Amino acid sequence: MEFRIPVGTWIDGFFDWLEDSFSWLFEALRQLFIWMFDAVDWVFATPPALVVIALVAVAALLARGWKFAVGATFGLLFIMGVNQWDNAIDSLALVLVAAFLAVVISLPLGIWAARNDTVSKILKPVMDFLQTLPAFVYLVPALGLFRIGVAPGIIATLIFAMAPGVRLTELGIRGVDKEVVEAGQAFGAHPRRILRQIQIPLAMPSIMAGINQIIMLSLSMVVIAGLVGAGGLGGDVAQAISALNVSLGFEAGLSVVVLAILLDRFTASFGKGLGLYSRWRRSYVAKKEADQQARFDAEEEVARGGRRPVASH
Amino acid sequence: MNDDTIALRAEGLYKVFGRHADEAVIQLHRGTPRDELGAGTTAAVIDASFEVRRGEIFVVMGLSGSGKSTLIRMLNGLHDATAGTVEVAGERITDIPAKRLREIRQKRISMVFQHFALLPHRTVLDNVAYGLEIQGVALDERIARARKVTEIVGLKGWEEKHPSELSGGMQQRVGLARALAADTDVLLMDEAFSALDPLIRREMQDQLLELQAELGKTIIFITHDLNEAMYIGDRIAVMRDGRIVQIGSPEDILTNPANDYVEQFVQDVDRTKVLTAESVMRKPRAVVHIGAGPRAALTIMRDEQLAGAYVVNKDRTIVGWVRDRDVFDLVRRGEKDLAPVIRSDHGAVATDTALADLFIPSLEAALPLGVLDSRDRLVGVIPRVTLLAALGGEPEAAATATPRPDPLPAEVVDQVLESAVGSRAAHAKEAI
Ligand SMILES: Nc1ncnc2c1ncn2[C@@H]1O[C@H](COP(=O)(O)OP(=O)(O)O)[C@@H](O)[C@H]1O
Ligand SMILES: [Mg+2]
Repeated sequence: MEFRIPVGTWIDGFFDWLEDSFSWLFEALRQLFIWMFDAVDWVFATPPALVVIALVAVAALLARGWKFAVGATFGLLFIMGVNQWDNAIDSLALVLVAAFLAVVISLPLGIWAARNDTVSKILKPVMDFLQTLPAFVYLVPALGLFRIGVAPGIIATLIFAMAPGVRLTELGIRGVDKEVVEAGQAFGAHPRRILRQIQIPLAMPSIMAGINQIIMLSLSMVVIAGLVGAGGLGGDVAQAISALNVSLGFEAGLSVVVLAILLDRFTASFGKGLGLYSRWRRSYVAKKEADQQARFDAEEEVARGGRRPVASH
Repeated sequence: MNDDTIALRAEGLYKVFGRHADEAVIQLHRGTPRDELGAGTTAAVIDASFEVRRGEIFVVMGLSGSGKSTLIRMLNGLHDATAGTVEVAGERITDIPAKRLREIRQKRISMVFQHFALLPHRTVLDNVAYGLEIQGVALDERIARARKVTEIVGLKGWEEKHPSELSGGMQQRVGLARALAADTDVLLMDEAFSALDPLIRREMQDQLLELQAELGKTIIFITHDLNEAMYIGDRIAVMRDGRIVQIGSPEDILTNPANDYVEQFVQDVDRTKVLTAESVMRKPRAVVHIGAGPRAALTIMRDEQLAGAYVVNKDRTIVGWVRDRDVFDLVRRGEKDLAPVIRSDHGAVATDTALADLFIPSLEAALPLGVLDSRDRLVGVIPRVTLLAALGGEPEAAATATPRPDPLPAEVVDQVLESAVGSRAAHAKEAI
């Protein structure tokens, strides 16, 4: 007798069962995904491309500074110039929705794993599994459950991209100086309060790195999802492959690169204190603190009966 | 049980990390040595019992790894005790609901950390106010109170800075202020000054002592530095391999080490700063009551072979001292009153004077240095040899050494005493 483990059959059976028992759930999710995608797509696709480019440039200026603003403008003009604007917007909407969902799911999971060793031990191999399983493999059952369109693309993307969010959130929270957490406990703070006031703020750089990776992985997966009719830049890449169309392939491919660089630089700048916004914010906080200090010092003078002249700092 | 003078009580505390913790406690209780518990089981604290009195600085001292941090973390429940109980202000804090434990931490017991553990994203003032914030004190009030404490620790003008802008010593002042602002009776300090460089550390120790004198907090202070322990501790618990091997005053530990381990530990401590006059003084040998008269005084000095003696009132309060030669003259002249020759510059010191501060007075005093209690009673003397012997770590050596500041030759004294008995004036002249 031939040796054969019928994994395929089992998994088939499992997905059939899922489909039969939870079709209402998948249908609801499908509608939700489509609605979210349409909403985001509408936001970016409705205004003329040049307006969007200008807004992105301003955002780039605020986030990182003028060099990035110039780079972003040229990149987006390039996409417009190779006639990939609509595709890029579709892909962007797909990335944003999938990444948003991945963040919403992975951050709480990461926090949970950081606070509970058992959860951590279970999640670790699951996350390894999700991230190493070849991306295409998700697409097939996703298609079965969500039918063709953006919904299977979003679900496959979000599952594929989730892992670094969980991992880096857990890592960040576990990496917070143990003594500082103990300080919270020693003064009688509730664990939720310690999480909110100490652990999450101090783990922020790591959590941000996780979000950055989620977005980058989402983008790479979104291109693959184009193969199953999710549209966008991936759709054109797929078309270029099947038609051996080198020029179309490169135009769509380079647009993906531009999008990737923009998304990466934007998300990497969070919390790094680059750009105009951070500068404004910093000077605002510094001024507030200086004012407060001046007020304290002045009150001190009053308390002493104003014998000394008011100190000027 | 609810003795008001006890701020914190630990009874039979055990902490075992790793597998089979409860079994390990039973084994330890039966006398199994700590290193035979098997791999993966660490007994960090073994059968620790002690009481900390209100307003006391209780120091826990031991080498790194001896279980100090584990012990102190059981005192506020950061570690659950494997066995035993902890009471804070008469209330048990082991095995109580998390909510109640949080309340006790808010109101009764706060902590200062070795590496400061400040919230880096908050200003100094917000850090100091942290405990009050957790207690639910309203914003205005907690700012006002935090400002007051910030001033007390000497950080006025730094309220709106962030911890990273402060030096190590200043950061630890913030840590101390945060604990003080919470206004708990008990303060736990785990190697709070160990990360600071020596000069700053001494400054912080002095400040802590001042604050403690002013605010009367109960402080449990952990250190691996014996000199620090001796300097700030009212009582010291010495830990070794998870066990408390001795609890006592700094002098106790220095002069009566419970075992070889403690003795070795205390070998290189600076004794002159720890030992006090009281701990090295001897019974005064030659003391003259003011009413005794010159003849009695001279007799005593002859018997003890001394060149002088302290003069005290009936209740032992000091009057001054006399030289044998002066008294000799009085006796020869047949005077009845000692008063004219009593010198008031006795230079005696208080019982709690550190050895380091005895050297100069000891040089200046003509007699063995007198030691007075708080009511000016002469309770002891310190001959110079005793002082030297105490420095060498062997106070007993003084007993075999003989102090002799050239008293009058005994025969001469005998003659004058005898002649004074008979026809005083005539014989006294002969004798000369
Ligand atoms: N969380 C822990 N898990 C396992 N072992 C620990 C833990 N904390 C401390 N220990 C062990 O307990 C012993 C005492 O440690 P600690 O209380 O930190 O000593 P100290 O503060 O005196 O240096 C050490 O052998 C240490 O390795
Ligand atoms: Mg320690």
